[in-house]
Amino acid sequence: MIETNLLAWIARAVQFGTIIMFGSLGEILTEKSGNLNLGVPGIMYLGAFAGFASAYTYENAVDQPIGIVCIIIAMLCAFAASALGGLIYSFLTITLRANQNVTGLALTTFGMGVANFFGALLLKGEVYTAAPVANAAFIAKIPFLSDHLGVVGKALFSYGFVAYLAIIVAIIMHYFLNKTRTGLNLRAVGENPATADAAGINVTKYKYLATVIGAGISGIGGLYYVLDYNNGIWATTGQIEALGWLAVALVIFTTWRPLSAIWGAYLFGLLYWLYNFLPKLLGLTNVDRTSDLYQMIPYVVTIIVLVAVSLRRKRESQPPASLGLAYFREER
Amino acid sequence: MPYTTEDAIRLVNITKTFGEVVANRDISLSIKRGEILSLLGENGSGKTTLMNILSGIYYPDGGQIFVGGKEVSIGSPKDAFDLGIGMIHQHFKLVDVFTAAENIILGLPKEKDASAKLDIKAVSAKISDICSRYGFDITPDQKVYEMTVSQKQTLEIVKVLYRGADILILDEPTAVLTPQETEKLFGVMREMKKDGKAIVIITHKLHEVLSVSDRVSILRKGEYIGTVNTSDATELSLTEMMVGKKVTLDIERPEPKDIKKRLSIKNLTVIGADDVPVLSDVSFDAFGGEILGVAGISGCGQKELLEAVAGLRVTAEGSDIKFYDPDDNDSEKQLIGLTPRQIKNMGITLSFVPEDRLGMGLVASMGMSGNMMLKSYEKGNSFFTERRAPKELAEEIKDDLAVVTPSINTPVRRLSGGNVQKVLVGREIAAAPAVLMTAYAVRGLDIGTSYQIYHLLNEQKEKGVAVIYVGEDLDVLIDLCDRILVLCAGKVTGIIDGRTATKEEVGLLMTKIDSHSDKKEVKEGERE
Repeated sequence: MIETNLLAWIARAVQFGTIIMFGSLGEILTEKSGNLNLGVPGIMYLGAFAGFASAYTYENAVDQPIGIVCIIIAMLCAFAASALGGLIYSFLTITLRANQNVTGLALTTFGMGVANFFGALLLKGEVYTAAPVANAAFIAKIPFLSDHLGVVGKALFSYGFVAYLAIIVAIIMHYFLNKTRTGLNLRAVGENPATADAAGINVTKYKYLATVIGAGISGIGGLYYVLDYNNGIWATTGQIEALGWLAVALVIFTTWRPLSAIWGAYLFGLLYWLYNFLPKLLGLTNVDRTSDLYQMIPYVVTIIVLVAVSLRRKRESQPPASLGLAYFREER
Repeated sequence: MPYTTEDAIRLVNITKTFGEVVANRDISLSIKRGEILSLLGENGSGKTTLMNILSGIYYPDGGQIFVGGKEVSIGSPKDAFDLGIGMIHQHFKLVDVFTAAENIILGLPKEKDASAKLDIKAVSAKISDICSRYGFDITPDQKVYEMTVSQKQTLEIVKVLYRGADILILDEPTAVLTPQETEKLFGVMREMKKDGKAIVIITHKLHEVLSVSDRVSILRKGEYIGTVNTSDATELSLTEMMVGKKVTLDIERPEPKDIKKRLSIKNLTVIGADDVPVLSDVSFDAFGGEILGVAGISGCGQKELLEAVAGLRVTAEGSDIKFYDPDDNDSEKQLIGLTPRQIKNMGITLSFVPEDRLGMGLVASMGMSGNMMLKSYEKGNSFFTERRAPKELAEEIKDDLAVVTPSINTPVRRLSGGNVQKVLVGREIAAAPAVLMTAYAVRGLDIGTSYQIYHLLNEQKEKGVAVIYVGEDLDVLIDLCDRILVLCAGKVTGIIDGRTATKEEVGLLMTKIDSHSDKKEVKEGERE
C-alpha cells in the first residue's frame, strides 16, 4: 500500500516536474539573454492549445490517425505557436524597447485569452474534449524497461518520451551555455550588453533568438500538460497559468542553471502533490481543507532560496546583471 | 596634410552631433605606426566621441576615415576589430562573472580548425604567450570581479592584443591607476610602440602627455585645435591650446559688500566607491555676499563637495563643516552628520541646484506647481496637501523668470533645458537661502538664459547669500566669481581672486597633480 502510494507520488511528481521543467528551461535561455519574459504562462497556453488543436484536427480529419504523426504535428505546432509568442515579446521589448515586465504580463493575458477563445471553437459547447490517439502516443511507456525492472522500472521508466526529452534538453542547454562560444556570447549579452556589443556580438540577434527559442521550449511544457499529464483532454481551466508561474519561480530556484532545473522541477512536483499523498502515506483522512496550504510550499521554498542566495552574495548565483533592461547602443 | 605610408589612420573632417550638441566638428588628424599620440582636451571637448567613432560605437554624421590608406566605413565594433583597431574604454567593458580568458575570447569567431566547443586551454596558452611578450601579469582563470582596477585594465589591453589589434586607443587609462601602475602601463605602451603598433592615449593630464607621447593633438569644444610634437611642447603651451584664449564675456560682477563668513569647511574628506577618496582634506570658507567659483576637470570632486555640504554624503572622520547662522547672530552650527531634513529643521536654508536637473532636482513627470510642492508638502496641517501656496509660487516664478510653458501643470520634462533650469533655480531662490550651491547651472543653456542665470546669482549675492558656483567654462568663472577654488583629483590646488585670475593660471591648477611620492604613500597604505 505504502509502496504503491509512494510510486504514484513519484510518478505524478515527475510528470508535473516535466511541465514546469520545460517552462523554466525556456525561460532560463530567455533570461540568459537579459530578457525577463513574464509571459511564460501565456506562452505555455499557446503551446498547449496549438499542440492540442493540431493533433485534434488531424485525428478527426483522418480515418486511421497514426500516433507518430500526431506527435510530430503537435510538437511542431506547439513550438511554432509559442515561438511566435516569444517573437511578439521580442519585437516589443528589443526593437521597440517596451517595458519588459508590462509586456510579459500582457503576453500572459494574451496567451490565455487566445487559447481559451479558440479553445471554445473546439469544445463546441462541451465542458471538455479529447484527443485520444495523440494522448496514447504521448503517454506510451518505454516498452521493456518499464515493466521488467520492478520498482526501479516503475519509478524511472514509466513515462512518455517527453519526460526524457526534458532531461535531454536540460543537459544540452547546460552544455551549450557553459561549454560553447555561442553560449558564452549569449551569457555576455545578458550580463553586460554594452560589453558584448563592443566585443562584436550582435546583441539584437542573440536576444531575439534566445527569446524566441526559449519561448518555443516553454511551450512544449504546455503541450505535455494537455496531451500527457491531463490525459489528452482540453478544457477551459486556469491550471496552466499556475504552472507557468511555478516555472518562473523554478528559474529563480535553480539560480539560472539548467541542470538544477531537473531535480528542482521534480522537487517542486513532489511538494505540489504533497497534499494528496502525504495524508495517504500517513493514513490520515479528511484533510481537504489543508490542500491549498500544501500547494503553496513550492513558492515558499522559492522565497527561501531567494533569501539564501541574496544572503550568500555569491556572484555566480545572481540573475544575469542586465536582466529586465533594454539595450540601446548610442545611449549616453 | 600629405599622406604618408606610416599613417595608420587618417581622419578627414569628422563630424558627429547628438541632437543639437555638436560633439565633433570637422576634425582631421592622423595617427602613425610606431608612435604614441596623445589626444588632449578638457572634458566635453569630444575626445572620447572621436575615438568611439573609430572603434565603431558611434557612426559619424560626416567625414572620411582612412585606415592604411584605404577609405573605410566603421559601422560596428566588429568592423573596427577587422581593421585592427582596439579600444580600451574608460569604463571597462568586461563581464564581471566571467574569467579573464572568457572575457578575452568573447565575441570572437572560432578559429578555422577549432570546433564549436570552447577550448579554454588553447586560449589560455595564447594569453600567456602575449603576457610574456609584453610583460603583463594575468591569470587566465581568475574571475573579473576578483581583480583590482589595474588588473582589469591590463585584461582590456590583452583582450585587444589577442584580437590582433595594431592600433590601440586608450581612453583615460591612468584615471584609476596609482603612480606605479601608471609607470608600468607606460612601460607596456613603449614596448608596444617598439613593436610597431599605433597607440592613442586620451588624457587631460599634462605631465603624462609630456612623459609618454610623441605627438599631441588638441581638441577644444568639439573642434580640432592642432597637433604639436611633444618635444616642442611645455605644460604652459599645451594648457593654452587646451583652454584657449580668454574671451571677454561682459558678465556683470558687483563689488561684494558687507561680506560675512557663512560656511567654514575644514579637512573635508569623502570616500567614494572602491574605497578611493573622492575628496581629501578640502578646506575653505564661503562668505555671504560673494560668489565662490569652483573650477576643475569634471569628476574631481565638485559634485561630492556640494553633496557633502547639503548633507547627502557620508564624510570621513575629522571632516568639519561649520555654518554661521545669519538668523541667529551668526552663531556657529556644525553640519557634519546631519541629514538634509535635520539641517532644514534647524532653520538653516541651504539651496542646492544639482547637475542632474531632472533626476535630482525636479520630478520630470510633474508640473511646475507639483515640483514647488516638493519643498513645502510637509508644512500643511490637514490630511490633504496644501496646493494653493505652491501654485502661487509656480505662477510667480513663471512670470518673474519668463518660463515658457503651456501651463504650470505641464510636466517639466516637456520644457526646454533652459526653462527647466529656471524652474529649478527659481524654486531654490524662493526659499530665501543663506547658501546657494549650483552645479553646472548653465550647462546646455543658450546665451540669453545663461545671462539670466548669472543675473539671478548676482542678485542673490547682493542680498547677502553665499553663492557657490561650480562651473566648467573658465571664461565665465573668471568673469562672474569673486574667488575661484580649484579642485584637482579631490584636492584643493588653489583658491585665487577672480579679478586677477588668468585662464592659464586656473588651467594649470586644474591639471596640477601633487608630487608623486606623497600620493604613492597613501595608495600603498590602502592596498595593505
